[in-house]
Amino acid sequence: MQKAMIERAKQLLADGTVKRVIGWKRGEFAYDITPAVFETADELDRDFVFDDFTAANVSKYLVKESRKEGKVLAFLKPCDTYSLNQLTKEHRVDRDNIYVIGVPGGPKLDIEKIKAKGITGITNVRNENYTIKVETIYGTEELPFYEAIMDKCASCKSKKHVTYDELMGEEGDVLDSNRFDMVEKLENMTSQERYDFWRSELSKCIRCNACRNVCPACTCENCVFDNPKSGIDNKAPADSFEENMFHIIRAFHVAGRCTDCGECSRVCPQHIPLHLLNRKFIKDINSLYGEYQAGADTTSKAPLNEYTTDDCEASIVHERGVE
Amino acid sequence: MNNDTLIPYVGVVTDIRIDTPDVKTFRVEAPEGGKLFEHMPGQCAMLSIPGVGEAMFSITSSPTNKEFMEFSIKKCGCLTEWLHAMEVGQMITVRGPYGNAFPVETELKGKDLLFIAGGIGLAPLRSVINYVRDKRENYGDIQIIYGSRSKDDLVDYQEILNEWMTDDGVEVDLTIDNAQEGWDGHVGFVPNYVKELDPSINKTVLICGPPIMIKFTLAGLKELGFKETQVYTTMELRMKCGVGKCGRCNIGNKYVCKDGPVFRFDQLGELPDEY
Amino acid sequence: MLRISADKLDSLFEAIAAKQALYIPADREDGEAEYKKYVSGMKLTSRLNTLRSAKDFFFPQTEDIVEFRMDGKKIEVNDIRKECEDFVIFGVRACDARSFTILDKVYLVDPVDSFYKNRRDHGTVVTMACSRPAETCFCQTFGIDPTAPEGDCACWKAGNYYYFKANTEKGQVFIDSIAGLLEEGDTAELDSTVARTREIMKKLPLANLSTENFGGDKLNEYFNSDKWAELSESCLGCGTCTFVCPTCQCYDIKDFNTGNGIKRYRCWDSCMYSDFTKMAHGNPRLTQLERFRQRFMHKLVYFPANNNGEFGCVGCGRCLSKCPISMNIVKVMKALEDK
Repeated sequence: MQKAMIERAKQLLADGTVKRVIGWKRGEFAYDITPAVFETADELDRDFVFDDFTAANVSKYLVKESRKEGKVLAFLKPCDTYSLNQLTKEHRVDRDNIYVIGVPGGPKLDIEKIKAKGITGITNVRNENYTIKVETIYGTEELPFYEAIMDKCASCKSKKHVTYDELMGEEGDVLDSNRFDMVEKLENMTSQERYDFWRSELSKCIRCNACRNVCPACTCENCVFDNPKSGIDNKAPADSFEENMFHIIRAFHVAGRCTDCGECSRVCPQHIPLHLLNRKFIKDINSLYGEYQAGADTTSKAPLNEYTTDDCEASIVHERGVE
Repeated sequence: MNNDTLIPYVGVVTDIRIDTPDVKTFRVEAPEGGKLFEHMPGQCAMLSIPGVGEAMFSITSSPTNKEFMEFSIKKCGCLTEWLHAMEVGQMITVRGPYGNAFPVETELKGKDLLFIAGGIGLAPLRSVINYVRDKRENYGDIQIIYGSRSKDDLVDYQEILNEWMTDDGVEVDLTIDNAQEGWDGHVGFVPNYVKELDPSINKTVLICGPPIMIKFTLAGLKELGFKETQVYTTMELRMKCGVGKCGRCNIGNKYVCKDGPVFRFDQLGELPDEY
Repeated sequence: MLRISADKLDSLFEAIAAKQALYIPADREDGEAEYKKYVSGMKLTSRLNTLRSAKDFFFPQTEDIVEFRMDGKKIEVNDIRKECEDFVIFGVRACDARSFTILDKVYLVDPVDSFYKNRRDHGTVVTMACSRPAETCFCQTFGIDPTAPEGDCACWKAGNYYYFKANTEKGQVFIDSIAGLLEEGDTAELDSTVARTREIMKKLPLANLSTENFGGDKLNEYFNSDKWAELSESCLGCGTCTFVCPTCQCYDIKDFNTGNGIKRYRCWDSCMYSDFTKMAHGNPRLTQLERFRQRFMHKLVYFPANNNGEFGCVGCGRCLSKCPISMNIVKVMKALEDK
């Protein structure tokens, strides 16, 4: 697939359809890929990579890239296309200036999961029929592919590309995913258990802002948490209340707009399952307003942006909060 | 435990002078009277209203003033708005002094001095001007070229008229950007005025003002034959600690709070252009 | 050399913890390791290093500095500093141990930071030599020997024994305090472990990374390099690299209204953040390019310029593992050198 993508990108650059290509660039090791913009065939041949580790969602970069002169070619996985659609709907990208090639999705590998098994000194990672062979300076280790996949891929919601100009590989379908299982588990906890769960998770936060900065739904020019005039700007929690509120406020702000791309949890250096906050909102919106998938299209009205007379009443929301 | 520079003193505002529509000069003394600490001309201090903010300001009074310190502050943000709303008797917190100083006891000694300031840029130079006026015998001729948007925006105007202009061997050349009623002095921008006045290139120059003014004035001085080694300025960047540790006010490997704020232009020229 | 057999490590920890707080790197549920306060039964992690660096002990993420009571026009300043209790950090790796001497060059130079010094004075650092380095390790680039770590007291695990050697007076006091549990033993096994580790070090993927093209004399050359645009183009502007970095030491000072007065605290800050250098009337580092450049110029050029050639990086590899877009100092060094 990687070879075909490079060839197609070179064609589109050569015939002037696009001026730039956004994709992934290989790193020092087998796994440390970086989202990157390529402008020449040489750069593509040398550095472009598409493999089990290209999990990063490049949609958000299109906010900046699509406003530059000339079209940009973006290789998007199914989950990434939902983000792009949502950005298009919110007028954050210039969709007409993007040439989207849909490429197959994961599951992608999570190097942290491999390292958590005590494997270190990794020099290469190969996928042989869904057995991962990890070459290290201490010898070769093996593990089943599915033991090392990204959490976000383990609860994949869709293999379908919801927007593209061209497709490489087979078109997939929306999946019947298990993504709300953990949310249900949390809902079934007592409020004290749930409070303890989130306190324990959120207290790990180091306020690096990686979750916010990677989030395709977080595209404010100046975030309220960075703006000294907001009165709530902060770099570290002054107390535990603040520690909780950063993530909860962020989840509220992306409610109804979060496509569940899972990038927040993927990038969290402290492995906080932030996507669970967003999934709770998605699940609630589904049950209160009917099934809704942010980013599934670019035209439908989002339930939280619209009022209809048969909307659920405030009192229902209130009653729901009563144990 | 030893004192820590991050723990401030308390100072009392004992006088407030309205300089211009957006500049006030605050007199600060220790609660028991007298100065909170000694400083040299060009050094700064961190002023704060706890809960509002803390920021670095130039100490605008001369070290030769033994009774109090003064700060001339332009209203331009949250903290300065609060400071401008203060009344006499208000306490603030003060820590310092921070940074180097103009080399009044070394390189500037015995020299003819040319001060060039624009707007609030006079504030950091006022400390030096009054220092050299008080130690007149150590310095040669003094020339001060000062400009602002309008007559009403001239900081320290009364002091300039009543003290500086009446001193022997002190020449003061004022200019404002646009003509206005009640002003019969020079009209025009500082960089042009400097060129018109064509000061002797033997003078050592101390310059402070908006970046754009500094840029054009420096270019003009070079045209007149001045060298970068003759020209000093004082810099301002975001600061938090004041002692080169919090890591934000660096230009290249130099910290403005510790290695500056006073730089000679040839020294500044060796640093990356990031200020 | 003094040593203790591995099965007695628990009793050693008990003995230390009976006298002062002891922190050891222990496993977390998510497979990472972090320093935890020792309680009976806690085991040393098998992970090479902790997710967060050991700088937290001396330079915590947030720290109260001073408190103010406001009453009308009056302000009362309360110095809330207290002498810190003695503590031991056990199992610090050589990279993190070196980071302390780098932080010392910032916080212990005049004017001394009393908050940092207080913790430093009361902390005893017991280091642990490495025997199984990771592919992301490049401490040897900075002249660090992971088989002979610095710190007050060094410890080696070899075969069935932990060996101890004091590097400082404080370390000697520490060894004296546990002397009853230690025994003299020969070092044959230790020597062979060290020799084996040194061979592994040569095989590490980053073994040949060199600092020879970096230092204070490269200031304008690298500042003006055209590589920064490409290197920084996908940087998210988050603070992950700075916060997991053992040598990043920038901080912000903030006030917090407790409802009962004003608490002034300092917290980690990141040069990667958009407001780091923002002033009321402008910002000298307007885009991520300038912010990104600052971080690496600081470590590779500015810090050595001000500190006799010592670099502001210890090669721990945390940024290599944790950057959300896998951009890091190794890639920056290689790109800048590639003329």
